Amino acid sequence: MTLFIEQCLNGLQFGLLLFLLAAGLTLVFGIMDLVNLAHGSLYMIGAYFAATFAAWTDSFVLGAVLALLATLVVGMAVEVIAMRRLYGRDHLDHVLGTFGLILFFDEAVRLIWGPEGLSLPLPSWLNTAVTILPGMQYSAYRLSIIVVSLAVAVFLYVLVMRTRIGMLIRAGASNREMVGALGVNIKLLYTLVFGLGAALAGLAGLMQAPILTVQIGMGENILIVAFVITVIGGIGSVRGAFIAALLVGFVDTLGRSYLPDLLRLVLSPNAASTAAPALASMLIYLLMAIVLVVRPEGLFPASAK
Amino acid sequence: MSTTLNPRNILVVALLAALVLLPVYAGLTGDRFMLTLFTRIVILALAAVSLNLILGYGGMMSFGHAVYLGIGGYAVGMLAHEGIYTGFVQWPVALAASALFALVIGALSLRTRGVYFIMITLAFAQMAYYGIAGLARYGGDDGLTIYKRSQFFAPIDLSNKVQFYYLCLALLYGSIYLVWRLVNSRFGMVIQGSRSNDLRMRAIGFPTYRYRLVCFVIAGTLCGLSGALIANHTDFVSPAMMYWTRSGDLIIMVVLGGMGSVVGPVIGAVALLVLEEALPSVITFVLHPFMGEKAAGYGEFWQIVLGPLLLLVVLFARGGIDGLLAKLRAKAVP
Repeated sequence: MTLFIEQCLNGLQFGLLLFLLAAGLTLVFGIMDLVNLAHGSLYMIGAYFAATFAAWTDSFVLGAVLALLATLVVGMAVEVIAMRRLYGRDHLDHVLGTFGLILFFDEAVRLIWGPEGLSLPLPSWLNTAVTILPGMQYSAYRLSIIVVSLAVAVFLYVLVMRTRIGMLIRAGASNREMVGALGVNIKLLYTLVFGLGAALAGLAGLMQAPILTVQIGMGENILIVAFVITVIGGIGSVRGAFIAALLVGFVDTLGRSYLPDLLRLVLSPNAASTAAPALASMLIYLLMAIVLVVRPEGLFPASAK
Repeated sequence: MSTTLNPRNILVVALLAALVLLPVYAGLTGDRFMLTLFTRIVILALAAVSLNLILGYGGMMSFGHAVYLGIGGYAVGMLAHEGIYTGFVQWPVALAASALFALVIGALSLRTRGVYFIMITLAFAQMAYYGIAGLARYGGDDGLTIYKRSQFFAPIDLSNKVQFYYLCLALLYGSIYLVWRLVNSRFGMVIQGSRSNDLRMRAIGFPTYRYRLVCFVIAGTLCGLSGALIANHTDFVSPAMMYWTRSGDLIIMVVLGGMGSVVGPVIGAVALLVLEEALPSVITFVLHPFMGEKAAGYGEFWQIVLGPLLLLVVLFARGGIDGLLAKLRAKAVP
């Protein structure tokens, strides 16, 4: 039972982390109608920045804050230099143009930081286990990821639904010409939204960094998972992304830990242990395919434009 | 395809002729690498031509087209692993398996539109990728070495590089002809009509879903053929050949060359792969005056140039290389 609760917490943590990534993606898609494959590169850059800055300042928190700001700046620069020119184009152009950006970022990182990965060591106060239930311990760092991500989710909700900026963002999503005609600087708004999405991706990257190694291509795998989430949730819907991210987080984590046992009930132990990992990796794609076949616009389609 | 003599058509004919004469050149200069490189180019051009059929003419933005490279390749690889070497079994199985996959993927995916279609084709490709990576019997993640190329009757020997190159080239030209016939037939008109305005086509009374599905299956089968060729070319198959970045490469070839023109993908495949080979030397050459001997080390970072180059093509050269050539013609003829 403790193991099950622990796996559920892992699923929650993974899901929330994915939400940070998917939220930026779905915001950019919903508002600018832009398919951004380079989102995973921003995730990678956040992790690289964090590892570098943390080593310079000798402080995990300070390094993380600096990395967040740096990713925000990089994101806004990318928007001004490249993305801005892609708005209103065909989705195929987006796929191709941002695919080019992935190549650029991967290679730029290799040029600057070298081909070997980096590691981001945790400070001792995070690298412990806390007792969350009598007789049950859980990693303090994973717990802090859950807390930070939930705080960001609340912040996003308040920002989008309760502030003037959020009002403009929502208005820009439903009719960009009209918002522009009313005297709102729509270009600046877009740059801010893209920067926000980049910072969220960077945050996800730097929080994941101590768990996995920081390496080139780390963004490519998780990018596809983030896309799966935005599609399941309904493109452009932050609420949908939240629910879909948790769903994917749970399905993936629980699938990986319990599928081998489940398969052993119907298959020989040998066959089960070889089939399970593959099947576990396929689960989320299967989930997405099923969702799309049943609901071709995702679970929570953003209101029709 | 107009038959007038203009820069674009001359270039296309020159390219197609150059591909035919390439082994002669390679034989004269003894450049074996050239032949290997261009065999690869021709095979991937075949895959790009098949993608162009659905992407350029059908408007179906499949982001999982490399999956058929994997299916076709693994059909050959798995049969060879089980001791069945005859191409008369391997190749039909490769084609049938690709067609079957395309039928299933297409039947489910074509219900969705736009970005959802991009993503669901991607999802199916990823599923197949993880599925094959999990087959421990066939090498799993590490891939599968093929010890013997497909066997055909006596005079045909795929291990002969020149023969194999001409076989690939013949299949490529055959596919181009097939696609050209297809898009100019009534069937192709329905497909293109559905791309422009699906609602209107259905209102006229065409069951466009069925037409699009057939088109999707044809493209998948052709790409499966390309996969069977790749397996024979590299004597090795691995899940990496169906990873999503490979599908991205195929899209680049199609868009770089020019969508919606039958030979555009061939131009794109040649341009992209030659660029990949040439960029390192170009970078070293450009940097040499500034950095001296150290410049050689920077050649390996060629993707840092290729990436922005792709972005520039998207931003400023709509219609790809073929589109640029067509513009040239428009200017030449007042």
